[in-house]
Amino acid sequence: MNALVAPALTQTHGLALLRAMLRIRAFEDRCYQLYGQMRIRGFLHLYNGEEAVAAGAFAALRPEDAIVSTYREHGHALARGVPMNRVMAELFGKQTGCSGGRGGSMHLFDVTRKFYGGNAIVAGGLPIAVGLALAQKLRGEPALTACFFGDGAVAEGEFHESLNLAALWRLPVLFLCENNRYAMGTALDRAQAETDISLKAGAYRIPAAALDGMDVFAVETAVADAARGIRGGGGPVLLEMRTYRFRAHSMFDPQLYRDRAEVEQWRKKGPLITLTTRLKALGLMSEEDYQRLERECNAEVDAAVAFAERSPWEPVSSLERFVYAERHRR
Amino acid sequence: MQNATAAEAPVTLTYRDAVREALHAALRDDPRVFLMGEDVGRYGGSYAVSKGLLETFGAERIRDTPLCESTFVGAGIGAALGGMRPIVEVMTVNFSLLALDQIVNNAATLSHMSGGQLNVPLVIRLATGAGRQLGAQHSHSLEGWYAHIPGLRIAVPATIDDARFMLAAALRLPDPVLLFEHLYLYNMQGTLTEGLEQVDLERAAIRRTGRDVTLISYGWSLHKCLAAAATLAAEGIEAEVLDLRSLRPLDEATIMASVRHTHHALIVDEGWRSGSLAAEIVTRIVEQAFYELDAPVARLCTAEVPIPYAQHLEEAALPSPARIAAAARELLTSARGP
Repeated sequence: MNALVAPALTQTHGLALLRAMLRIRAFEDRCYQLYGQMRIRGFLHLYNGEEAVAAGAFAALRPEDAIVSTYREHGHALARGVPMNRVMAELFGKQTGCSGGRGGSMHLFDVTRKFYGGNAIVAGGLPIAVGLALAQKLRGEPALTACFFGDGAVAEGEFHESLNLAALWRLPVLFLCENNRYAMGTALDRAQAETDISLKAGAYRIPAAALDGMDVFAVETAVADAARGIRGGGGPVLLEMRTYRFRAHSMFDPQLYRDRAEVEQWRKKGPLITLTTRLKALGLMSEEDYQRLERECNAEVDAAVAFAERSPWEPVSSLERFVYAERHRR
Repeated sequence: MQNATAAEAPVTLTYRDAVREALHAALRDDPRVFLMGEDVGRYGGSYAVSKGLLETFGAERIRDTPLCESTFVGAGIGAALGGMRPIVEVMTVNFSLLALDQIVNNAATLSHMSGGQLNVPLVIRLATGAGRQLGAQHSHSLEGWYAHIPGLRIAVPATIDDARFMLAAALRLPDPVLLFEHLYLYNMQGTLTEGLEQVDLERAAIRRTGRDVTLISYGWSLHKCLAAAATLAAEGIEAEVLDLRSLRPLDEATIMASVRHTHHALIVDEGWRSGSLAAEIVTRIVEQAFYELDAPVARLCTAEVPIPYAQHLEEAALPSPARIAAAARELLTSARGP
């Protein structure tokens, strides 16, 4: 890869990235409460700790790019611009949800924003991303497909098949591995003989880099650089973003597989703390600025919850709709 | 019927030729269509179906894939989402088990799960069935399994006409369609119905009319039923032969109309009996036409064994015209009572 050139850090940009992360954090902290109140049901996988990946990546991606995500995708959807109201309504199972209440936390979709969903089968989204990129290439679209997946996906055959096919056909796929070190409860070194995920791309002649996924600027810069290469016809790129999930895998996880001390160690390197400290040190943000951002994000979450609460349920009479397509018939 | 003159004589072609013509026409008529799968290009297709298409349409549209069923089927789903009209050839249904995740968890669910925002206009072609002494791992008939899944459409071309025109019908639909081509039929010869330009993917077809018993089947078994009907006709038994064509949705109207006409139904299914498509059809007949029946519905399925290699064992495992005729006779005898 080319040398990474970080963009000059402006106040506007720094605050925008911080806001993107704070929104996700505030949204999910509320989700955690709502889950305890049984207002949100099903599986709920929180992104807490990994926000720099979504905020950095989407700052560098373009609206015409297609996005394929995982079941831990609230942050991706919000950073992509899926309205918070519609994401919250989906978690409530309401008609106004971004999947009409049929998807839930793990299956957020927004076709107008080319957000092709959270996929709840580990690695199941990678082949779809390859296909979306194939369509982009065949149609001559100046766009790429960004595909998020976790370290757990690397053990699946579809990871290897998809990297191979994308490289073989030189497709515009940006493979974004969010390595939070645990596949549910299985630590990476208990699952992989080679724990450096970025090295695996080499077997498919795919340029790759590992980076600090807690540093939003590192993510943004690396994604922007990789995207430039892909748009230029260079074929797929893999970025391994080393990050950490502060909360449990899902809401049913007693976390018997990791030490509390390890979690605390990582919290000190958390993406919000890191960026807040940096912006303040550079004199780009005051404590008042931070408080204001946090208030604004909480207000947006309040409004989203109110929206979700007052939204109607999908009528049971429409249960069997959309099993087959109701539009696009030619 | 009048004799056709030499100039008007319909051209004889194989089922394989008909599928190839269908592919050729689809690729010619729609730039969004492309064919992808293992050895579809340079090799010409495992069953020589796509032979010559690479030379005509080029490697961008006739795409040889590595051996990665899950990923090239998933890529077909993604390409369909991205505005293309992919035709994915999974060499045989046996290998489609490696792509079950993509077919069942993605192709079948994305429309509903996204609240109708997405649709997957993907056609998957698969060779299916036994009868060529290929052993257990190359002889499955799992189309009935796939017919269990809401969100998929399952169709089975059994005739030259359907081999030629079902693909276009599948491509016209906005949903994922699996087309099952029985490997025994590729060499079958016939002619296209004059003037036929398209077929539907919803309706069953009566391939032979009769008043005494309805033989319900699809794929290669259809031809076994037609052979059995010819045998039975010589004995004075007039069998009606129904070709399901679509396994999902099932054309209940045509099935029930025939059963109301003959009052006897025998289902012939190359799938295994337990939890089978045949079981589903029996149930629907019982639910909807019970009082029209003069005898319990009968079925003839493949013996519940992995398909063996040895010819005599394989033959014994599969439905055959002789066994179909025997089952029909027994059905009519039991109806008359002791």
